[in-house]
Amino acid sequence: MPANTMSKAERDQSHARVFDLSQHPLRELNQALHKLTPGSNETAWEVLHPMGSHSVAVGVDQPVSIDVRGSVGYYCGGMNDGGAITVHGSAGPGVAENMMSGSIVIKGDASQYAGATGRGGLLVIEGNASSRCGISMKGIDIVVHGNIGHMSAFMAQSGNLVVLGDAGDALGDSIYEARLFVRGKVESLGADCIAKEMRPEHIELVQGLLDKAGVTGVKASEFKRYGSARKLYNFNIDNADAY
Amino acid sequence: MCGIVGLFLKDKALEPKLGAMLSEMLICLTDRGPDSAGIAIYGTATGNEAKITVQSPKPDRDFRGLDADLAKAIGAPVSVAVKSTHAVIRTTPDKVDAAREALQALRPDIRVMGAGEAVEIYKEVGLPEAVVDRFDVRSMTGTHGIGHTRMATESAVTTMGAHPFSTGADQCLVHNGSLSNHNNVRRELVRDGMKFETENDTEVAAAYLSNRMAHGKNLGEALEGTLSDLDGFFTFVVGTKNGFGVVRDPIACKPAVMAETDQYVAFGSEYRALTKLPGIDNARVWEPEPATVYFWEH
Repeated sequence: MPANTMSKAERDQSHARVFDLSQHPLRELNQALHKLTPGSNETAWEVLHPMGSHSVAVGVDQPVSIDVRGSVGYYCGGMNDGGAITVHGSAGPGVAENMMSGSIVIKGDASQYAGATGRGGLLVIEGNASSRCGISMKGIDIVVHGNIGHMSAFMAQSGNLVVLGDAGDALGDSIYEARLFVRGKVESLGADCIAKEMRPEHIELVQGLLDKAGVTGVKASEFKRYGSARKLYNFNIDNADAY
Repeated sequence: MCGIVGLFLKDKALEPKLGAMLSEMLICLTDRGPDSAGIAIYGTATGNEAKITVQSPKPDRDFRGLDADLAKAIGAPVSVAVKSTHAVIRTTPDKVDAAREALQALRPDIRVMGAGEAVEIYKEVGLPEAVVDRFDVRSMTGTHGIGHTRMATESAVTTMGAHPFSTGADQCLVHNGSLSNHNNVRRELVRDGMKFETENDTEVAAAYLSNRMAHGKNLGEALEGTLSDLDGFFTFVVGTKNGFGVVRDPIACKPAVMAETDQYVAFGSEYRALTKLPGIDNARVWEPEPATVYFWEH
């Protein structure tokens, strides 16, 4: 295909630096990514044969795009700060843990504690996420096309979790100020998490996140909002018996 | 940590490769548990032969002449196939209890790893690759099997502390996690006549299952009971004569991934362990739900 008829993404892809994890150790990949400096021309990367490896593309801090062709193990894209990482497969526990900025898209499912402690950026899971999705999230936006497991958004502090499917038991237990939006059914709410009114600003927020996550055919008004009842913020002597 | 693998074959053409496939799966998880490793392999039960897998700290001494001594003691034909520190004793199914009793008198240092018509259990201290080599697991054929690589937390690194643990005829258990009420449960089981070899938490889980089944529960019911009676973290995989079962505690911190194709059902603590299985790219891959008992049987 002549270069002038290709989209920017296709042009990037055609020049992508290809890294085959069946031929080279993971450490070489991550070190090469860490050596990137602002303005580098190596803006597109393709990772082949991840075979469930741990820590693929952890600590990326430049705005590069990385396509991982297959499923990954623990902690893929951890601490990502500006990278656009796409996993064309499923992800093991702790994907996008402590992400700072950028985006991570999982084409398949994600295992437990996806997006844990994330401070920024966008995590999109096109399949289901299992337990503890968004645990202790601190500013990250997470959009899950499918369902999420139990204890999701436990102690979630800020950021937005948007779930197109259902949520498991104890959603938002001990939640602070994160906003949770679930389109399907919620198995149960955790301590101090309550259903809240969807006001126009929330519709706008959810619609913006659905657009960013490439979700079509779903209306923001179909979601219910959940958040903190703010009863557990401070120690209350009347609760002493519960400790 | 600890790593668990399980493989249940639907396609008979894969049976000669069961040992090799399980070995690769287990070796892949070496960094989840380098202390000791074990494997249970189920061959086809013929109905007219029983197998007792035994282990000895002094195999040269204990296995020499064991076939003749045991045959004389129980009055039935006995064969003994030695594999390193383990040996598989074959006799008629009605003589298993008599053989186990006679073993205690004839060779007091021998420990029974497991018994049944189909199962053979091998476990030792060391890396999975060393354990697999020692017992030539790669050459073994079978219908299904489970394996474990251990990172010890609750008891010493010994052969008897390695997994799988036998829970009854043709049944065994492997565990990823740690139990916090095992001392209490052990005391209750001892009061009910159960015997223990180690201070290990998983041995308590195995004895719990055996005990519940001795009280008339089936394996599924006994596994359901673990959800309320055992406190702690666990992903259990149990081997049975016809297949295997999986149960995770309600919190489900300990990882588990399953894959199913027309040829097999596979279990791994991580997806990594499944990546070399045939057709894995098109397999249905999922995480077993917490507090849910699963079974696959022939």
